[in-house]
Amino acid sequence: MFKILKYSFYDLIRSRWTYSYGGFYLLFTLSLLWLSNDLSKVVISLMNVVLLLCPLIATMFGVMVYYNSREFTELLLAQPVRRTSIFLGQYLGVAGSLSASWVIGVGMPFALYGVFGSPQAANFLMLLFVGVVLSFVFSAIAFFIALKNENRIKGFGLAILAWLFFAVIYDGLLLLSLSMLTEYPLEKFSLIASVLNPIDLSRILILLKLDVSALMGFTGAVFRKFLGTGLGMVVAFAVLLLWVVGPVVGIKRVAERKDF
Amino acid sequence: MRSKDPTHLESLTMITIHHLHKSFGKNHVLNGVDLSFDQPGITAVLGPNGSGKTTIIKSILGMVLPDEGIIKVQNEDIKGRWLYRNQIAYLPQIARFPENLTVAELLRMVKDLNTAITHDADLIEYFGLQDFLDKRLGNLSGGTRQKVNLVLTFMYDCPIIILDEPTAGLDPISLIRLKELINQQRMKGKTILITTHVMGLVEELADEVVFLLEGHIHFRGSLRKLKEQTGEGNVEKAIAKLLVTGH
Repeated sequence: MFKILKYSFYDLIRSRWTYSYGGFYLLFTLSLLWLSNDLSKVVISLMNVVLLLCPLIATMFGVMVYYNSREFTELLLAQPVRRTSIFLGQYLGVAGSLSASWVIGVGMPFALYGVFGSPQAANFLMLLFVGVVLSFVFSAIAFFIALKNENRIKGFGLAILAWLFFAVIYDGLLLLSLSMLTEYPLEKFSLIASVLNPIDLSRILILLKLDVSALMGFTGAVFRKFLGTGLGMVVAFAVLLLWVVGPVVGIKRVAERKDF
Repeated sequence: MRSKDPTHLESLTMITIHHLHKSFGKNHVLNGVDLSFDQPGITAVLGPNGSGKTTIIKSILGMVLPDEGIIKVQNEDIKGRWLYRNQIAYLPQIARFPENLTVAELLRMVKDLNTAITHDADLIEYFGLQDFLDKRLGNLSGGTRQKVNLVLTFMYDCPIIILDEPTAGLDPISLIRLKELINQQRMKGKTILITTHVMGLVEELADEVVFLLEGHIHFRGSLRKLKEQTGEGNVEKAIAKLLVTGH
């Protein structure tokens, strides 16, 4: 598996998509740092972009790489290699190269700015971590969807739909249900619902870290009360981990039963 | 698994397929195929489009998982196994590789995955690929990719060789070289399966023909038997006749 991961990673790290993706983050972060001297504001601005962009690009990239490397996958399948290691290797290659673009693109300007000496270092690291996790989660979901669907258009469509669901529709439904049920105590419900969506959970983790949960009003206090505790943090990280492990197990299962 | 002793090899049945069924959705591609290859030599697997040639080949390689039936390679059931593939050299129908890798990197990578002894240097020279080694695979023409594909297939010394449409996109000189190469492998006593629609190739190379029709084996035998049975003088007409009588 590590051999396939290595080559998949090398292949992707040299593609112009990876460069433009990393380059975009680099320019964006540089301009934000240039415009504002408040590091925590830069982190929040970046967060708003990243929570949408990281999952979107990971989804698109995952589907694209899977479909583009189909014939090559067939070549690998004829080699004395275990099936699951081919797909897990490719997936880790995609997730790894996306994460590398993200960490380098955002990390370099911040490092040059001297973030690691400042009190914002922990917040910044949380932002980096969240970006990496979201890349892993959404490229796994995309890989799973692509493996399930031979038809590229359908695969692309479903993957975009999955992204749209987590990034937009989920919050919409949540808000709708909250506003319709205002008479009931919904703190627990909204807490659980937010934790279950990897994008929402990531947002909450950063906002709590930045200590701006007051911005989130009453629910913010509920989140603070739960996620501010040790147990809450463990739960939050466990859920994020599950969001990676779940689709990866799915990839493994589909790969073992699929005809090529 | 790997048998180094050549006398031991001969006692093995290279490939046994027993009662193989496979359908894709409602499309029954293979309906109980029984086939075995124990003699060294070249077998041409023929049949109209969609008759299940590639499905059989891919089942042998474990790329397609059968609904029913048993496949044995060198007397071992292949179900759930993967290491047996180092006994099979396979040339897939379409040669497409990661675009950003160079030819040399691709070769290095495949050698990294399968560490048996290779003859890639000779083959690169044989197909005149020296100047392309540092080129990205995405920039190669179809014929050159097919040559890379051939190098990848023939660089290992495997007792079983499976070629799916090997002539696709090759220029006449490369085609002659390919035929020479296949003949050399036959001389070494290997079991070779070829699917093709080029009947000239069958006539020139094949010892035996397997003709598939609607997921069954409709005919199996030597070229001479094929001609005698159909009463036709050349393979192309004989196959056409088989097709007509088969329906």
